Amino acid sequence: MNALLEITTTRNNPHVDPSMAMWEWQIPVYLFLGGMVAGMMIIAGYFLFTGRHKESNCSCFFIPIVSVVLLSLGMFALFLDLAHKLYVWRLYTTFQFTSPMSWGAWILILVYPALIANILIKPTKWMTDKLPILLDYSKKMNEHPFLVKNIGIANMILGMMLGAYTGVLLSTLGSRPLWNTSLLWVLFLVSGLSAAAAFVHLFAKNKYESELLAKADNGFLVIELFVFVMIFLGLLSSARPHIEAAHLLLSGAYAPVFWVFVIGIGIIVPLIIQLLAVNHKVSHTAIAPILVIVGGLILRFVIVSAGQFSHWFNAHLH
Amino acid sequence: MPRYGMVIDTRKCVGCQDCVIACKTENNIPEGYNRDWIVTEAKGKFPDIQLEIRTERCNHCSETPCVSCCPTGASHIQDVGGVVLVEHNMCIGCKACVEACPYDARFIHPDGYADKCTFCIHRVEKGQKPACVEVCPTYCMYFGDLDDPNSEVSKLLQSRKWHINLPDAGTQPNIFYLV
Ligand code: SF4
Ligand code: SF4
Repeated sequence: MNALLEITTTRNNPHVDPSMAMWEWQIPVYLFLGGMVAGMMIIAGYFLFTGRHKESNCSCFFIPIVSVVLLSLGMFALFLDLAHKLYVWRLYTTFQFTSPMSWGAWILILVYPALIANILIKPTKWMTDKLPILLDYSKKMNEHPFLVKNIGIANMILGMMLGAYTGVLLSTLGSRPLWNTSLLWVLFLVSGLSAAAAFVHLFAKNKYESELLAKADNGFLVIELFVFVMIFLGLLSSARPHIEAAHLLLSGAYAPVFWVFVIGIGIIVPLIIQLLAVNHKVSHTAIAPILVIVGGLILRFVIVSAGQFSHWFNAHLH
Repeated sequence: MPRYGMVIDTRKCVGCQDCVIACKTENNIPEGYNRDWIVTEAKGKFPDIQLEIRTERCNHCSETPCVSCCPTGASHIQDVGGVVLVEHNMCIGCKACVEACPYDARFIHPDGYADKCTFCIHRVEKGQKPACVEVCPTYCMYFGDLDDPNSEVSKLLQSRKWHINLPDAGTQPNIFYLV
């Protein structure tokens, strides 16, 4: 038998020991909803930028309304996670340059006006029934195509910032080797875009947009696979804690859920279905988009949970 | 400007947990929570076993991921001594700092804020030693100014072999373990 190494500790702090589990369901739910809203802002912004809002059934009209609802739900989940809730306003009496969470708090403040500006371009009937003045705003805005274009650009930029920050938030926490990859923001941004494309595809009334988003989603799913490969290459060629972190997903405790739900059901299966659909071999159904969305949610759960589980080794005897 | 640190002699530490109890008493730490704790590391093949016992706590690092991730500035480095502290009524309990510490030295206090070792700064400011150092029956812990070459801690580091915890994490801890 080889020499054994045994390390024991008397520390037993709740949610810290035996392994870190501080962040529970609220954070992955928030990261998922934030990422999907980010993707939807990019899509809606792109439609505005390319002048698609002139079509009466353009998805860019319902996207911002859904976004406001989903983002608010996500922020509520985030709020539920705070342990010292009465002090939440402290986020907004400061800006901490090195803290992605501080960036995020301020990005969220900018995201809402951009979404509302997008809503105002063509408010729904129940809004104008209650507030007829909205019709005037909408009319004035539509008289300035340049303004609409810029609202589109603002939505795209803020969407990118929102989607990226959800990944940077984790990847700056170098203490958790699994998160310690600077590609995490790309993964979350692409996954957010993919879930958003799937979501909008589900509800789009415009045939062209629906078809376009199915094709785009296929692209996002392929890129997502590629980013996964890059992340694992990075981790596996790094130090031992990083290698073990990669193996948590590849072959360890999280492997079944990672391979079956994140990669299989969340990416490969919908990719195959949607490839067949855009090539008119099968008709579009809700199955592929729903799988993509569920896969995106599970991805956040897996990354948050496995990331907290991954750790450094503190051994000194030789 | 002093830089406070600790030197802990693992050859003297017997893991009696007096420092753990002293900390809990001095700082009113709720049951089930620890700001300091004992780690026992054993390696070898019977009967040839090596043993290291050490008392651990926040390392009051010089590079502080726990401070840089804090969105409110509640986690901060105090000017005097470079001690890393949490301002309770600025903390929103977002747990980022708990996740950011590679030593898992922090926890969320039942009252909601992030909590950890303070080097008993309230005692140090009065010229006393941290409670854990004061109480140790084997005198294995030393507290002092690492920037002063004539301090007891600096001299020990010059004369003895030592290690820090998780050097690879790059946090530059200010607690040193004599071996
Ligand atoms: S030990 Fe952890 S909590 Fe303490 S200063 Fe270092 S990183 Fe921060
Ligand atoms: S839990 Fe408190 S001290 Fe820690 S990062 Fe969040 S606000 Fe800062």
